[in-house]
Amino acid sequence: MSEVIEHYVSEHASLKDVLPGNDLSWLNESRDAALQQLSTQGFPTLRAEDWKYTSIRPIEKRQFKLAQEVGHSVDATSINGYLYKDLDCHLMVFVDGRFSAPLSNLGDLARGITIKDLSTALREDSDVLKTHLCSAADMTRNGFAAMNAAFMSDGAFIELDKNCVVDLPIHLMFLSTGQHEELTSQSRILILAGDNSQAKIIESYHAQQDSVYFNNITTEVKLGRNANLEHYKVQEESKKAFHVATLQVDQQRDSTFTSHSVSLGAQLARNDINSWMGDEGATCNLYGLYVADGRQHTDFHTRIDHAKPHCSSNEYYKGILDGHSRAVFNGQVHVHPDAQKSDAQQANNNLLLSKDAEIDTKPQLEIYADDVTAAHGATVGQLDENMMFYLRSRGIDYNSAHALLVYGFAHSVIEKMSLAPLRKHLESALVSRIPNAGQFSDMVED
Amino acid sequence: MSQANQELHELAKKEYEHGFVTDIESDTLPPGLDEDTVRAISARKKEPQWMLDWRLEAFAKWQEMTPPKWPYLDLPEIDFQSISYYSAPKKPEDGPKSLDEVDPKLIETYNKLGIPLEEQKLLAGVTEATDVAVDAVFDSVSVKTTYSERLAEDGIIFCSLSEAIHDHPDLIKQYMASVVPVTDNFFAALNCAVFTDGSFVYIPKGVRCPMELSTYFRINAQNTGQFERTLIIAEEGSYVSYLEGCTAPQRDENQLHAAVVELVAMKDAEIKYSTVQNWYPGDETGKGGIYNFVTKRAECRGDNSKVSWTQVETGSAITWKYPSCVLKGDNSTGEFYSVALSSLSQQADTGTKMIHLGKNTSSTIVAKGVSAMKGQNAYRGLVHIGKSADGARNYTQCDSLLLGDTCGAHTFPYMEVKNPTAQVEHEATTSKIGDDQLFYCQQRGISEEDAVSMIVNGFCKEVFKELPMEFAVEAQKLLSVSLEGAVG
Repeated sequence: MSEVIEHYVSEHASLKDVLPGNDLSWLNESRDAALQQLSTQGFPTLRAEDWKYTSIRPIEKRQFKLAQEVGHSVDATSINGYLYKDLDCHLMVFVDGRFSAPLSNLGDLARGITIKDLSTALREDSDVLKTHLCSAADMTRNGFAAMNAAFMSDGAFIELDKNCVVDLPIHLMFLSTGQHEELTSQSRILILAGDNSQAKIIESYHAQQDSVYFNNITTEVKLGRNANLEHYKVQEESKKAFHVATLQVDQQRDSTFTSHSVSLGAQLARNDINSWMGDEGATCNLYGLYVADGRQHTDFHTRIDHAKPHCSSNEYYKGILDGHSRAVFNGQVHVHPDAQKSDAQQANNNLLLSKDAEIDTKPQLEIYADDVTAAHGATVGQLDENMMFYLRSRGIDYNSAHALLVYGFAHSVIEKMSLAPLRKHLESALVSRIPNAGQFSDMVED
Repeated sequence: MSQANQELHELAKKEYEHGFVTDIESDTLPPGLDEDTVRAISARKKEPQWMLDWRLEAFAKWQEMTPPKWPYLDLPEIDFQSISYYSAPKKPEDGPKSLDEVDPKLIETYNKLGIPLEEQKLLAGVTEATDVAVDAVFDSVSVKTTYSERLAEDGIIFCSLSEAIHDHPDLIKQYMASVVPVTDNFFAALNCAVFTDGSFVYIPKGVRCPMELSTYFRINAQNTGQFERTLIIAEEGSYVSYLEGCTAPQRDENQLHAAVVELVAMKDAEIKYSTVQNWYPGDETGKGGIYNFVTKRAECRGDNSKVSWTQVETGSAITWKYPSCVLKGDNSTGEFYSVALSSLSQQADTGTKMIHLGKNTSSTIVAKGVSAMKGQNAYRGLVHIGKSADGARNYTQCDSLLLGDTCGAHTFPYMEVKNPTAQVEHEATTSKIGDDQLFYCQQRGISEEDAVSMIVNGFCKEVFKELPMEFAVEAQKLLSVSLEGAVG
């Protein structure tokens, strides 16, 4: 066992009595099994195919500690800066990974919706959680999944009853204060969407300071028949932070899952997005955008399983890389035997803006059924000379034309989002990230 | 598709067309592999000491290595001690001097293969036009090298590797294992230790090889893995087109084939390397068949050089090969055209690696996979654009066609890009033959069988048109034989 794993094992022993749900034997058993898994397996190395291009040495080098209490420095006014303008929502706020009831604002919940923090849910709905918690996300996948299963210290539980349609989006805000050195938060989000239910859920990650911390998040989603869920994730962590997240989706018949994932921050960001379409007629859409510069490292691993016939999946990821940044994209589509009439489309386009940036992309198809249309495409390149010429010939200077084209490249992902306030926020976030975009920023702000 | 399925099953029951064993006395080493085996092989080939030392060093390194686990293959454990590592036809004393001296049974074998040396001889007697020079590797020892004289006029060396070791040791020392290092991978190291023979081609500066060079490999004696090496060197401004084709008799035990092919292209040189591989694929249940683990790599060392790989892979129980190009010279070009067919219980994990290092290098990859019955077909490719490769360009297209619902098609394309001026494109599609396509043909009076055949041929056409004329005919014949019953 390596030193860092020993640290987490002893950390777990000391926290055992304060972790939520410590009176539930099933949960303790599950936590112990996960810890065992972590200590035998350790963190993934470059030799593992799924981690071939992503070294987690910087995470291994540090011994992170779990935050014990909610930081007091955060008040309602400081939260306002991270809210999306003009977006009415059910708000849950987590500070350094701990749920903060005073800062949250759930508002009036319609009938049929349950939104609770993990500790409360474990007290009040332990039977439901016993059935569903850890049932979608496979903790044997890698050390990080096991770590989350062992430590999950807080998070959210969202349940939608049958036919429940939530009008307002549900916003889960994760804020890191950076008041303490090298904190880790191990959050767990469980979303159960009943038959015919509909909801939009936003996960957003922010930092108050440019500090070092480690967020390890697991989100489990289960969609009933004909359920429709839009999941938004906006990751704007500090440039020194580590962000490892797993999103595991289980889809029932005719359900639709749409994920929008935007990765802007963190020194090292790794996202695993897996969807299992376990019955006919399901649809899965995965959209993503990653923008990296400096020494940032962004890694997206997606896997879509077409387990039954007549399912369709659609994946569209774009990346912009500048400075010494590096991005990894691995899009796996697995069509199981007899999953006939599957339709799987995938595209990954990347823009390299600097000679020191690097992209490693692998769109991977595994197909075991014959009546399938599957296509994937990946491109890496720079801006189109013809487009540039078009703009230049109309009197737009090089820098502005360049910025405009980069913006346009990224915008095609953002425009797929149905929440206008979120779109607006990301548009201006994008403008601030693209060099020389100031020239047309007022066009975007309107 | 039900008709096609049924026909596929009929095809499976068909005997392997090239399944015949030529009964020639072979001088074969007993099964087993240790240092003495390596020494024995070297001794039988009357090799100089430096060659033996080289082999022994490779063998020592091989012993420290383990077989790769990453291919997408269901690979049984191979017992390397149960294989015989050397088999040479008897009467090798002086080597046959003309066709008349060649064992008549051997000639018969080639006749059955349909590319007889006899015809070569006749052609040779009449005119020097046409002209495929065949260096026939019949179970490990090169039996007959034709056309050497004609080639020698231009200063071209085309001989077996054993001859080259004796006659051109400097070239061998300089180039052998310079493209594929001894420890490159498990099977390459094994090959270095026990390779029995192979072909050597040297094209001098400015020479355009006047004919297509060709080697036919054929695994014959029971239980002999064939470990040959090919080394082709194209000096500045030269051109050569090399053909390699394979058939093997029917066997029940799996036979191991671990070859190494190295190509070196200097400034302005061009090498075109074409392969048609039709070894025994085993039966429907996966019993028997050849294991084909090949390391093929080309180095474009000089500016403006070009290497083109074309392969038609229809045989072998397990195929594991990635003909690759290292594009070192500026403006160098690498091409890879492949048709891989896996039917019965065949497994293929094949693709290419394009390593871009020089400026303005470009590469094209066109891979077509056809899966039928229980065949599993995987494309695994790497496109690597190094930091120094300004203006590098890659286009990759890999398409899969699935016939039947028990087969599989997989793609694992790796793209590693470290230069912003690079343009890399990858496209892949997987589909079956559309009912509308079939309907369109049938509506015009074409039978379903012909229609399917037509569509599959159209699917592969992009690759076939890259094959040299002399080879295209055979390639199409092999593919249609392999798909016979399945698609007409």
